[in-house]
Amino acid sequence: MVTMHEFAGAFATAFHLIGTLDPDLVGIVGLSLRVSLSAVALAALIGLPLGAAVAAFDFPGRRAVAVLLNAMMGLPPVVVGLIVYLLLSRSGPLGVLGLLFTPEAMIIAQAVLITPIVAALARQTVEDLLLEYGELLRVVGAGPVRTIVTLLSEGRASLVTTVLAGFGRASAEVGAVMIVGGNIDQVTRVMTTAIALETSRGDLPLALGLGMILIALSLAVNAAVAVVRDRDRARVL
Amino acid sequence: MLRRTFVAALAAAAVLAGTIPAAAQERFITVASTTSTADSGLFGAILPHFTRKTGIAVRVVARGTGQAIDMARRGDADVLFVHHKPSEEAFVAEGFGVERRPVMYNDFVIVGPAADPAGAGGQPDVARALARIAAAKADFISRGDDSGTNKAELALWKTAGIDPKTAPGGWYKAIGQGMGAALNTAAATGGYTLSDRGTWISFRNRRDLRILVEGDQRLFNQYGVIPVNPAKFPHVKAQDSRAFVDWLVSAEGQQAIADYRIEGEALFFPNANEPGA
Repeated sequence: MVTMHEFAGAFATAFHLIGTLDPDLVGIVGLSLRVSLSAVALAALIGLPLGAAVAAFDFPGRRAVAVLLNAMMGLPPVVVGLIVYLLLSRSGPLGVLGLLFTPEAMIIAQAVLITPIVAALARQTVEDLLLEYGELLRVVGAGPVRTIVTLLSEGRASLVTTVLAGFGRASAEVGAVMIVGGNIDQVTRVMTTAIALETSRGDLPLALGLGMILIALSLAVNAAVAVVRDRDRARVL
Repeated sequence: MLRRTFVAALAAAAVLAGTIPAAAQERFITVASTTSTADSGLFGAILPHFTRKTGIAVRVVARGTGQAIDMARRGDADVLFVHHKPSEEAFVAEGFGVERRPVMYNDFVIVGPAADPAGAGGQPDVARALARIAAAKADFISRGDDSGTNKAELALWKTAGIDPKTAPGGWYKAIGQGMGAALNTAAATGGYTLSDRGTWISFRNRRDLRILVEGDQRLFNQYGVIPVNPAKFPHVKAQDSRAFVDWLVSAEGQQAIADYRIEGEALFFPNANEPGA
């Protein structure tokens, strides 16, 4: 009974926050999107070409790189956060940049976290595509850049899912952004760290309400991408 | 179409990322503080007064006292605001801090289930209460995170003549988390814990928990503030840090602390002018 009551309270809180466009909530949601989308953009810029290159080109240690990328998909966020924290700390090698406890630090940490995911999944997609296009690319004598661009372009439907997996991981993690961002009110507080804070304050309905909004947000991003992808398919067919 | 959308999304993300530094160029200091001051809502109540007066925003990173001190030792904060006097004095003695100023106090309380199966409550002696909890092998939730509250708790066990970490029976549970998490755990499992009064008063998920022991002199909890030493870390904002510390111990800052109440109950008591605090 207590639990049912709490869920009802959480729903009421969530609707109230959204309905009144609570300014704190709008700021937190905005920062969450800004941080995670920037991290995904960075991870895609690095991870997609990297994954395609590992799939398409033979080089010494290629197998090891592929295994490493797969293994790094499971990097614990709190470990990534700790490493980035030590690098960005004033006493660390990149301390002079003064990036610790800023949104940039959070973007860096999330990008480190999800680049292996994007690269490893892209590698698999491109490897499958190579069975189809490998011969053709060899015949036309495509150079390395052209090969990668062609393969990524042909695989874009699956690669969108790859990038979404990265976004899901980034927007859901709390361990890394808590450490490198510091959960500073109005500056580095995002959805997940706000949920952690409200939980520790014992305000479970508010924490759960924020959690529901986070899930709804993730749903909205995925739905938007699905619409775009369907249009793309319709155009191709 | 998709490719164009994707490129557009990348560009939008880059623009978003680019707008962040512009927003972050306000005048601010970073304060390493404890979960008890942040979770209790004190900072949210008093900091706007300071910012309005000086134009200096205060960015609070809330950690356990041990972690907050470590953060300041690395030069990642301009001001340290914690509650464990011996550690604070060591921080200054080692040259990391300029000087320590007492700011305010509150007290710790032993909370536990209303039924009090260990019979810890109903008497004012905290050492006796802990001894009864240990004798009954009742669940005790320890912060276990090297925070000020955790250090105070371990010192209290010592006065009770008990070493809970080696005691048999698995009733002593060190969770390695903040005050809120410890209270949530105690509430969910019917355990006992030591909490600072500020966090307890503002805590919403008490369920069956009650204050069982309070008022013992050994439960006193003093907070101190220390500007990080610019001689050690040239990048710290010495002038703005000084302004913040001066305000905290000023009549105005002390009044703001005294005025912070939840349901009429004061959470912290200013005592900047008390010698030796």
